[in-house]
Amino acid sequence: MTTTSFRNRRLMWTGSALLALALLGAGCGKKRNIPAPPPPPPGGSASTAPTSTAPGAPTAILNAEPTSIQIGQSAVLIWTTTNASEITISNGIGTVSATGRQTVSPSETTTYNLTAIGSNGTATARATVTIAPPPPPPGPEVRPSNSAGTFESRVQSELKDAYFDYDAVTIREDAHAALLADADALKRIFMDFPNATINVEGHCDERGSAEYNLGLGDRRASAAKDFLVQLGVPAAKLRTISYGKERPQCTEADETCYQKNRRAHFSAGQ
Amino acid sequence: MMTKTKRLLISITATAALAAAVLYAQVDFKNIIVSSGGKPALAVVDFRGTGAAQSLMSVFNTMLNADLQASALFDMRSKSLFPANNPQQASDLTRPEKPGEGYALQDWSGPPVSASHLVFGYGAVVNGVFVVYGNLYDVRQSSPEAAKLLNQSYPDNPDVAGVTRVAHKFAADIIQRFGGAGSLLNSRIYFTRGAAGSGHSEIWVMDWDGNNQKQLTHLNGLIEYPAISPDGSRLAFTFWPASGDPRPQIGMVNSQTGQKIPFYNQAASLNSSAAFTPDGAKIFYSSSASGQPEIFSAKVDGRDFTPITFTKGNPTEPKVNPKNPDLLLFVQGFPNEQVYRMNAEGAGIERVTNGEGEASNPSWSPDGQNFAYAWTRGYATGGFNIFVSNIATPDKYTQLTSNAGKNENPVWGPDATHIVFMRTPSRSSSAQIFTMLANGTQITQLTKDGNNRYPVWGVK
Repeated sequence: MTTTSFRNRRLMWTGSALLALALLGAGCGKKRNIPAPPPPPPGGSASTAPTSTAPGAPTAILNAEPTSIQIGQSAVLIWTTTNASEITISNGIGTVSATGRQTVSPSETTTYNLTAIGSNGTATARATVTIAPPPPPPGPEVRPSNSAGTFESRVQSELKDAYFDYDAVTIREDAHAALLADADALKRIFMDFPNATINVEGHCDERGSAEYNLGLGDRRASAAKDFLVQLGVPAAKLRTISYGKERPQCTEADETCYQKNRRAHFSAGQ
Repeated sequence: MMTKTKRLLISITATAALAAAVLYAQVDFKNIIVSSGGKPALAVVDFRGTGAAQSLMSVFNTMLNADLQASALFDMRSKSLFPANNPQQASDLTRPEKPGEGYALQDWSGPPVSASHLVFGYGAVVNGVFVVYGNLYDVRQSSPEAAKLLNQSYPDNPDVAGVTRVAHKFAADIIQRFGGAGSLLNSRIYFTRGAAGSGHSEIWVMDWDGNNQKQLTHLNGLIEYPAISPDGSRLAFTFWPASGDPRPQIGMVNSQTGQKIPFYNQAASLNSSAAFTPDGAKIFYSSSASGQPEIFSAKVDGRDFTPITFTKGNPTEPKVNPKNPDLLLFVQGFPNEQVYRMNAEGAGIERVTNGEGEASNPSWSPDGQNFAYAWTRGYATGGFNIFVSNIATPDKYTQLTSNAGKNENPVWGPDATHIVFMRTPSRSSSAQIFTMLANGTQITQLTKDGNNRYPVWGVK
């Protein structure tokens, strides 16, 4: 008894569902039913290809305009079909009319597939919208400068690092020579750029605590600055900054690398 | 000529003496790190829930057990030893005449469970509120009335967050019954995150167990060496701004919002490594204002600064004793960095580490008796490990980490039991934040993503 009534109920449900589907189908069909498709657009795109042209069978053409865009820009998809009652386009566009256009803004290169289903078969077409790589960055900024180069380039090329012993701040012989040459170079640069300041950075190797090395770097920068000031470089134009062991030149665990990092280094200030 | 056996015996005796000294020193950390035989043996039954509460109980049980385990206070008894029946409410423990069923105190105090204390209860959802009815009994007592230590209900929202809070609160209440400083529920760990060598890092914050990692500051620059005020309300740190004057200076922010708090920096190439006094009114820091780095004291806003050291030894990392504001540890070098002590005026400077290798990053235990620090003893220069010493006997030490990369910046947790620190496992790996117990066990990694350094532990 229970089984029979359950079956009956199921039948009733199935019948209602079919009826609803039929009604829905009729509605959709009415909406999509374009009696005569417009003529095909002139020319063709390499990325479009009607795959079925048999008489009575559906046809489909899908173009993208333009086919290549920058990220953030949009392209227009334009399509037309014939002999199809159900037309869909992939990538979230869904059901569409037999002929139409739609703006798309894909964030990556995307191929849109159009599927046109008719009573005599299925036609597909596709169009790809390519995201072009961004244009190259502009060339390096050209700033007015003296013939010898920009302020930054001269700081970088004319000033040499002064190196230190482990856990030490004394100016050793090779640093002495480097700073003598630096003093001359600094004077030349300041003559050409009278409003500029230059940073004297203090750096350390990776051994020891970060906190302790911060003070050590400060003392190295100060030692180099004091030496340069004694040689006549204006103190007000040199600014000391310690980076401790935060900005190493190299990261190998050997004395060659440690030595490269124990230094006073010059950088362009403001 | 000493025989091998004699040498071995001497070695064993020395090790035992060291272990005894260490144990003695560690008893000073509030009886926390003691051998398992001395710990309360805790039996914690799995709490069950009525109706809708049942689906939340596994979260509750997991969190409760994790908190109790992490406290290091207890010898947690294995559930596999428990009797078939577990009590859920006080009235269940009224059947001493029928031992063996799980409803008598001696079922828990006797073998095989051999617990000293029993944690039991259950959860329920009442009118949309999740409630745990929690109990803690001393099962060595003769009657349930005498055994009752805690009988409390804990209400919260019927969701995972609510259940988690309930578990934390109940665990905190149990821990406090045993003299622990409470759970770490109300504490937060701050640290810096930023790619090594990038010149950029910001302060992040997380719960003590590594959950809820969030970026706190957006200052655009390099941040290092944070310090937290004793009330947990503000952070001071060393900051290299990415724009403007790039020299390192002291920055200060509200620890809840990350908003900047004004701080007066001296005109100097270096202002760094700040530390608060226990009353939060003053600050000590390292500044090169007098020509080279020395330690200064100042009001907490940076005004009224005055130098207290003139050592020319590159002194840094001042750390004020939490119980004695006239006792500071700090680090200085030349020839090699070591931990020193002095008073708040910079007098009475005395080295406390033994001069071997490099020693740095001192951190006081909350009771002011012990200090953790990074030391290269036994390893190559720069190969730091974490050690602990008592300030009264600094020549004795306990090594907490070994053979696991570089371990630095230990900071004691507010529970006096845990230490947070930074570990760089290998040269090719980034630094990460870990916690461990103050005896070097239960090492737990808290961060995984990015390069995470310089942890500090504060109360909320």
